[in-house]
Amino acid sequence: MSKGTLYDKVWEEHTVSELPTGQTQLFCGLHLIHEVTSPQAFGMLQERDLEVAYPERTHATVDHIVPTSDQSRPFRDDAAEEMMAELEQNVRDSGINFSDPTSGDQGIVHVIGPEQGLTQPGTTIVCGDSHTSTHGAFGALAFGIGTSQIRDVLATQTVAMEKKKVRKIEVTGELGPGVEAKDVILEIIRRLGTEGGVGYVYEYAGEAIENLDMEGRMSICNMSIEGGARAGYINPDETTYEWLKQTDYFQENPEKFDELKPYWESIRSDDDAEYDDVVTIDGSELEPVVTWGTTPGQGVGITQPIPEPEDLPEEKQDTARMSQEHMGVEPGETMEGYEIDVAFLGSCTNARMPDLRRAADVVKGRQVADSVRAMVVPGSQRVKAAAEAEGLDEVFKDAGFEWREAGCSMCLGMNEDQLEGDEASASSSNRNFIGRQGSKDGRTVLMNPRMVAAAAITGEVTDVRELKEVTTA
Amino acid sequence: MTDEIPEVEYVSGSGVPIRGNDIDTDQIIPARFMKVVTFDGLGEFAFFDQRYDENDDTKDHPMNEPQFQDASVMVVNANFGCGSSREHAPQALMRWGIDAIIGESFAEIFAGNCLALGIPTVTADHETIVELQEWVDENPDGDIDVDVEAETVTYGDKTVEATVDDAQRKALTEGVWDTTALMKSNADAVAEKAASLPYVDD
Repeated sequence: MSKGTLYDKVWEEHTVSELPTGQTQLFCGLHLIHEVTSPQAFGMLQERDLEVAYPERTHATVDHIVPTSDQSRPFRDDAAEEMMAELEQNVRDSGINFSDPTSGDQGIVHVIGPEQGLTQPGTTIVCGDSHTSTHGAFGALAFGIGTSQIRDVLATQTVAMEKKKVRKIEVTGELGPGVEAKDVILEIIRRLGTEGGVGYVYEYAGEAIENLDMEGRMSICNMSIEGGARAGYINPDETTYEWLKQTDYFQENPEKFDELKPYWESIRSDDDAEYDDVVTIDGSELEPVVTWGTTPGQGVGITQPIPEPEDLPEEKQDTARMSQEHMGVEPGETMEGYEIDVAFLGSCTNARMPDLRRAADVVKGRQVADSVRAMVVPGSQRVKAAAEAEGLDEVFKDAGFEWREAGCSMCLGMNEDQLEGDEASASSSNRNFIGRQGSKDGRTVLMNPRMVAAAAITGEVTDVRELKEVTTA
Repeated sequence: MTDEIPEVEYVSGSGVPIRGNDIDTDQIIPARFMKVVTFDGLGEFAFFDQRYDENDDTKDHPMNEPQFQDASVMVVNANFGCGSSREHAPQALMRWGIDAIIGESFAEIFAGNCLALGIPTVTADHETIVELQEWVDENPDGDIDVDVEAETVTYGDKTVEATVDDAQRKALTEGVWDTTALMKSNADAVAEKAASLPYVDD
């Protein structure tokens, strides 16, 4: 049983009652909602004649179905338009703040929460979206919930939960050149497995984690769920506080910053905290990681061979064989040279400013391969505006990338941005599940943003560290 | 819907085996079928891309086979329901006819979503599951009895030990798996808690 961790403290702080089931009734400091998983919950409230209990602690955006090309209303897709209209009606009726596309604040739910200062250390954050774990980067306890639980939160601002164990994942050392937060989390999932985190919350710590900027920390916490952990977090520190200071909430309420800082400091895991498990990974040994299969745990260093299924634990062998057949990859070879048709730079994992800056740096002065359809989908309208202010849009467009509006886009293929047939994509997103990007024969290779940029240029999976040396001459 | 919640102590019905580890919720219900504002009608889209090809012709899949059409107990392998939190996944399975799922392990959010619908997610070890899947293949009309309280699964002349998470077992057998009314009744304590938090404005 863990003791003295951030998780223990925030859990304790938010406990309302013990339910007859043995579960804890936990207060939710922030409830984020979007158009896909919330309409049914509002419907359930209506059926029971209940109202939203704490509308001021709820915040809405639209991201999954929103088109990233022409956003004029009504949307071309009738179903998308209906979902948007339903959300507008629900937030209007309930008095919920809505970062809609006309506000300039719209974007992927896990990008806008941190941008606006809604995401704060020591809070509990829920959303009907599994990547809610992203917000743990700020030292919040944040996790995804289902639609029936959204109903609970709308009606009561609480959720019924069982306390989990805590695993500390310490990433020591300094990351090498070209190695990013995305590579760290893909390596963690590769080592611990896609269900290794079931029953656990992950605390990420160690020099390599502490040295990351907030965006990198978000990329890590974002994919906790891909490792089976419903929540992941990083203790807040000066890097966190610097980010918070710049957000709307603390710009508008500067006195709150000093008022809350002692609380943020108090919920950090104690030096002598006890964990249910501790795992240590040497960050200095990592290289860029790409996936070769159809689960996020099927990753491999870019210079390393794709594993033989027989060399994997027995329970992973069948899945590996099926994945290798779907992807058309050969064990023993590396992923370098794997031809791609689409390059997708976007998603709640990797579509923030530093992601775009690093990718633009690779792209600058080069051209997207003729065979590749490449697109950049900024994580939010604010990211898009900031990138345009720096001229990144021109860099991408000059190279042959499409420069789109903010949304989830091709991460899950719920709008028009989808793979076709058996196209292969180099993607900065989080899931390489079969069918995930809109085509059931589509093939997804997950990688960091600079690796996506490199693949767009060469038309194949490429070690971005090599690209620099070869082509700048 | 009312706040009268039925107890789920026991589920009985014929089975359908769905084999494979890491079956994600994108497979259970592809995202394109989620462009809806209710859960009605999702049943026919359960495992759609595994069941139909691009011309909507049926593929080899247990849920397409005539002998499994009346199944209500799904038998699955490890990490079933991983990935997206979409409740559309268990909603689709429930609307197809599934009342209980027995597997090696389940992703957390998926299991929680099942509980919210009164669907037990019962676990047993790898060998037990493989045997049960084979038995279902041979006995598609045979009943599988899931005893949530006793944590056993009975099929043919065999009864095997299974595990139901403590909170899930209590919630199902005592009929408190619909938590809205329960938690609503603590509204005063919730308000007090909110007022005590340093970051909540008065």
